[in-house]
Amino acid sequence: MIQLQDIEKVYRTKTIETVALHRVNLHVERGEFVSIMGPSGCGKSTLLNIMGLLDDPSSGQVIIDGQPVKTHSDKQLARLRNEKIGFVFQSYHLIHDLSVVDNVELPLLYRNVSASERRKRALAALEKVGLSARTKHFPSQLSGGQRQRVAIARALAGQPEIILADEPTGNLDSVMGDEIMDILLRLNQEEGTTIVMVTHDENMALKTNRLVRFFDGQQVADSRLVEAQI
Amino acid sequence: MLKNYIKIAWAVLLRRKFFTFISLFGISFTLMVLMVVTSLFDHVFGPQMPERETDRLLFVNNLREEQGEGYSSSGPPSYFFLDRYVRRMQTPEKVSVHSVFNPVNSYIHNKKLALDIKHTDQQFWEILDFHFLEGNPFGAQEVKNASRVAVINQTTRKNYFGTGPALGQTIEVDQVKYRVIGVVEDVPVLRIHSYADVWVPITLKSQEFKDTGLRGGFFATIKARQAADIPKIKEEYDRIIQEVSRLNPKETKQVHSFADAILESFARAFPGNGKQDKVTFLYTMMALAAFLFMLLPTINLVNINISRIMERSSEIGVRKAFGASSNTIIGQFVVENVFLTLLGGLLGFLLSAGVLALINDSGIIVYSQLGLNLRVFAWGLLLCLVFGLISGVYPAFKMSRLHAVEALRGGSK
Repeated sequence: MIQLQDIEKVYRTKTIETVALHRVNLHVERGEFVSIMGPSGCGKSTLLNIMGLLDDPSSGQVIIDGQPVKTHSDKQLARLRNEKIGFVFQSYHLIHDLSVVDNVELPLLYRNVSASERRKRALAALEKVGLSARTKHFPSQLSGGQRQRVAIARALAGQPEIILADEPTGNLDSVMGDEIMDILLRLNQEEGTTIVMVTHDENMALKTNRLVRFFDGQQVADSRLVEAQI
Repeated sequence: MLKNYIKIAWAVLLRRKFFTFISLFGISFTLMVLMVVTSLFDHVFGPQMPERETDRLLFVNNLREEQGEGYSSSGPPSYFFLDRYVRRMQTPEKVSVHSVFNPVNSYIHNKKLALDIKHTDQQFWEILDFHFLEGNPFGAQEVKNASRVAVINQTTRKNYFGTGPALGQTIEVDQVKYRVIGVVEDVPVLRIHSYADVWVPITLKSQEFKDTGLRGGFFATIKARQAADIPKIKEEYDRIIQEVSRLNPKETKQVHSFADAILESFARAFPGNGKQDKVTFLYTMMALAAFLFMLLPTINLVNINISRIMERSSEIGVRKAFGASSNTIIGQFVVENVFLTLLGGLLGFLLSAGVLALINDSGIIVYSQLGLNLRVFAWGLLLCLVFGLISGVYPAFKMSRLHAVEALRGGSK
C-alpha cells in the first residue's frame, strides 16, 4: 500500500548536515497495524511525515498504491492526503476556533461533499469514538483524551485507507492512552483500516501486529521480517 | 466550505479583538474620510441644485490684468466688462451677470441677522434651477425698474416670518426695504456662483455700472444650448479676451480670463496659478492622494495579517495534512480578508453617514447638504477589497509555501 524505497532525509544548514533518515526501505501492507519505535530523534516522526506526504525525502521515493508520488504537484499530493490518509498527531492539532463537529468535518471540506453529508459523516465518526454528546463543544472544553478522540474522528471522517498516528497516546495518562489504543485496534481489526503508529510505549507497540525499530535514522528491526525468517 | 471559512474568520476576529479593532478602524476610517472628502467634492463641483446642468454651464469669476514689469492683479470682473463683452456673446443660449455675494446686516426684533446678498439679472433665474418653495423670481420688468423686490432662502424666511406668510411682506436689509416675492430652498455656501440669503435685482447696484475698469465685483454664468457647444463658447470667450487686451494696450499688457466649468475654475485658480487649465493634474493629484491614503491601511493590514497568519501556522499545517492545497489555503485567507474588509466597509458606510449628518447639522458649511455618494462608496469599497485581497494574498501565499510539516511545527522556517 505504502512503499518507501531508499529514503534519505538530510537537514542541511550552512554549517551542519544532519542525517535524519538513511536508506530506509519499508513496505506497509493493506490492513496492517505497524508500530514504529525508537529513541527520540531517531527519525520516527520524519518517517511518518514522509509517508504521509507532509514532507519530501532528500532522496528515494514514496510509492502509494503502486504510484510513485515524486512528480506529483502540490494539488495532486493534497488530493492523495485527503482521500487516502488520515493523521492523528501527538498534540491533537485541533482548530481551536471550530467546534468539535466542525473540526471533524475538515477532511470533507476539501471534497465535493454536501454540507448535510459532511455533517452526517462527521457525526458518525464522532459516534465511533464515543463523543456524540460533545459535538458542539470547542476543543478547549475537552480533556486531553477527548481531544485525541476528536482527532481520531477527524482522521476517520474522510474514510481514509490508512491512518498515520504520531505518538497518539504520548500526551495522555495510561487510562486515556489505553482508551485511544483500543479505538485504534478496533478500527484496524473491525474495519481493516491500515494504521502506522509512532510510539515510545513498548506496551502499546506490542499490541500491534508489526513492530519496526529505528535507531539513528536507520531501520534496525522489523518484526515481520523476523516472523518471516522463523 | 465558505461557511466554514466565515466561521473561522469570525472566531479569529473575536479572538484577537485588538488586532480586529485596528484592522476595522483602518478600513472604516479610510473609507469614511474618502466618503466625506468625495461628498465635499461633489458638493462643490458636482451637479447640485441649483447648478444641476453642470455640463452646460460655464462661469466667469476671475480676470487677471498684467501691467508689465511682472506686476499683475486679479479678481472678479466688472459689470462693465461682463455687460459689454460677455452678455453679447453669440454662442451661448443665455448669459447672466450677477454680483458676488456681499455680507449685509438685518435686524429682527432688535436681533442682528447676518445675511449675504446677491444682485442678479432675470437670466440668473432662467439659467439656474432654484427650487422655489413660494412665489416666483423677479423678471425683466423688475430688473429694468430696479424694483425693491427680493427672493429669500428658506432659513431667512423662517428667521423673519416663522410660520406666518412671507410673500408680499417686507424685509429690511442694510436699511433698505424689499418686498419678498419668492422663497427658495437654501443654497450651500460652497456654491459661490449661486449662493446667497437674499437675491435682489442687479439694477439696485447701478452705481457700480459706471466703473469702466475691467475688474469689479461681478460674475457671469453662461449656459450653452447643448453640452457640445461648450468648446465653441470657450473659443468665443478667448477671442473676446484677446480683443480686450488689444483694446487696452496702455493700461494692460495682457488680460487673462477664462470661461470655465466649476472644477476647471478651481483647478485654474489653485494648481494653475490663474492661467493654466490643470484639471487633469488636479485629478491625478487627487487620485494619487487617495491611493497613498488607502495604502496606509493596506500596509497596516499586511502587517497584521502576517502576524495573524503566522500564529495560525498550525491550523495551516492541519488543513494541508487533511487535503488543502496551497491554493486552497490562499483562498481561505483571501475569503477571511474579504470578510473583514466588507465588515470594515459596512462600518465605514455607517461612520460616513454619521459624520456627514454631523457636518450638515453643525453649520460648519452654511446650508450644506452633504450626502452619501453610493458610486464613490462602491469604488472605495472596491479599492478596499483590492487592497484587502493584496494584503491577504501576500501573507497567505508566504505561508502556503511552507511544507505542512513546517507549518505544524509552528512555521519556524
